[in-house]
Amino acid sequence: MATDTARKSVPLWSRLLAPANAPTYQRKEAIIGWLMAAPAIILIFTFLILPFFMAFGFAFTNQRLISPNPTEFVGWRNFQNLLTVRTFTLDPLLDEETGLPVLDEDGNPTYPRLRDYTRGNPDYPELDGLREWFSWNIGETRVYMLASDVLFMKALFNTTLFVLFVAPIQGGLALLLALLINQKLRGINIFRTVYFMPVVTSLIVVSFLWRFIYDGQNGMLNTILSAITFGAFQPHDWLGDPSTALWSILIMSVWQGVGFHMVIWLAGLQNIPGTLYEAASIDGAGRWQKFRFVTWPGLRSTAVFVLVVITMQAFSLYAQIQAMTRGGPLDSTQSIVFQTVIRGYEKQDIAGGSTISVVLFFFVLIITLVQRYLTREKTA
Amino acid sequence: MTTQAQPITRSRLFLPSGFSISLAGKYTLLILVALIFVLPILFMIFSSLKPEEQLLRDTASFRAFLPVGNLSLQNYEDAFRRVPMTTFVGNSILVTATTVALGLVVNSMAAFSFALLRWRAKNTIFSVILATFIVPFETFAIPLLLIVNTLPWLHIGLDGIYITQGWLNSHHVQIIPFIASAFQIFLFYSFFKDLPQEIVEAARIDGANSFQIYWRIIIPISGPVIATATILRILDMWNQFLWPLIVVQQEEYRPVMVGLQYFFQLDIAWGEIMAYLSTLTIPVLIVYLLLQRTFIESIASTGVKG
Repeated sequence: MATDTARKSVPLWSRLLAPANAPTYQRKEAIIGWLMAAPAIILIFTFLILPFFMAFGFAFTNQRLISPNPTEFVGWRNFQNLLTVRTFTLDPLLDEETGLPVLDEDGNPTYPRLRDYTRGNPDYPELDGLREWFSWNIGETRVYMLASDVLFMKALFNTTLFVLFVAPIQGGLALLLALLINQKLRGINIFRTVYFMPVVTSLIVVSFLWRFIYDGQNGMLNTILSAITFGAFQPHDWLGDPSTALWSILIMSVWQGVGFHMVIWLAGLQNIPGTLYEAASIDGAGRWQKFRFVTWPGLRSTAVFVLVVITMQAFSLYAQIQAMTRGGPLDSTQSIVFQTVIRGYEKQDIAGGSTISVVLFFFVLIITLVQRYLTREKTA
Repeated sequence: MTTQAQPITRSRLFLPSGFSISLAGKYTLLILVALIFVLPILFMIFSSLKPEEQLLRDTASFRAFLPVGNLSLQNYEDAFRRVPMTTFVGNSILVTATTVALGLVVNSMAAFSFALLRWRAKNTIFSVILATFIVPFETFAIPLLLIVNTLPWLHIGLDGIYITQGWLNSHHVQIIPFIASAFQIFLFYSFFKDLPQEIVEAARIDGANSFQIYWRIIIPISGPVIATATILRILDMWNQFLWPLIVVQQEEYRPVMVGLQYFFQLDIAWGEIMAYLSTLTIPVLIVYLLLQRTFIESIASTGVKG
């Protein structure tokens, strides 16, 4: 009876916050709890969750920033235009009389023009609009990798390459630095402070600074390399050469970020109880064995954290590209996020930019899940 | 007893009293690694003091890392002439300070509620907020631009009080979207969760309501996490680049990082660039060197619980 009347007198909005039969003090707690969390919830919803879902929505439309045409739902077309990849083989042209390949001036076989197949050829509707990403030869047959959006494929490839290399390099070097710093030596804190310095320096500042370090003529790197090799090293335009540009950006990124992860590793190292090392010593473990069987297992959760953080930072590779190369030379440093910004903002193609965002999100999601799975706690 | 002494004698085998070759080797390694991190920064600062042609000449030798030759602040004068420096620095300080201050209140309050109060749907909402961690900002920057472009703003100024539509070209467009932060909430949350729950219970028995517990009891003992949150947020906000680049076209609202664009237009003067880069970096470095212990412990604390 008593609870029944209480339930009726409780207004609906209040019942949403706490169970209907909750005592007054609990109801109060729930109301204050909601009120205290509300500003953050509203802000995160408006400025993060809402735009995130809008990006999902735009990916299925032809939305542009300013357009005379009304926005239309286009289904999966944006994803088709972004992600289509097909292989296509061409055989050499044969001489009709001899049946032998027609050779060009250098003695190489000649092939039909790819364009004849990918530009409105009614026999090959599935190839229409595709462009060559790269090609190779199997015997005399030429195999083409065609893509609907070659620029995005390059960005995808570069970003993946960047992530695959930066995660182990930066994480590994950071661990080495942490082990180096985790010694009881006089003045070790000074070194810790110095190694961490680039982290507090803005990535944009670092990128502009390293443009000068990598400069082909007066660059500091060339100077140092030439001094170390007594002049044998020829100056190289690190950012101007497609084969070194991405690696140069990668090394700079490691230089800037490694101190951050060193500190995380260091915290992990110092969380391992000293008694474990003592026990290992009693069992006669050497240095490597102590690292292998005490340190490394003790760092498992730190390792997950470090790898996840580096991977996610690496997938959003943008500032360095914007400040150093803007995707060049020859698209060798195009990145996914740089393409999102270029399309969505500079080209005002909001649908195109959003489609890339959605693809990127799923990449990050999958990688995060895989990484968590691979480095999970193995309960025996 | 003997077991505890063992590791010490072991390490003494490697390190006889005082100086040794292995010790010298360790320091050499430490110093070489330190040079890798410190030389580019020294190069930046010293170059900013050199005239252009000396700067370029010096990079051909190790004079690049030394404050030698004809040193002056001329580059700084020229750089500040190219860029309205006081405006930019003022904007950055205003935006950073406001965001950090409001963020501390909003995020710690939410974290307190998530960590220590009981209400319905709390866990669901908290998981959603945590899930936003893995969404890179750049992926929703453009839709966010569309949202802020439609939002109304109550203008209060000497010229009157009126409502405007769209937040572009303003200070608040650089502040409000960044006040709440899932990461900051998480930082506070893990700190509050680790506090002994008896504090809260005792205060409740004394008749304090939830908000009083937060304001009078929890916040006064949250110094370490407030320091961490403040430092990380200041770095984030001071370094903002993409967002202000997109939403601010008028010089009077631009922050410092966007100012860098001014130096890569027609004539690239490296001395001026170095002067501007140093101006952006030196204040942060000084604060860092003064508070380095807090800085590093802040970063360390983000990883331990993650």
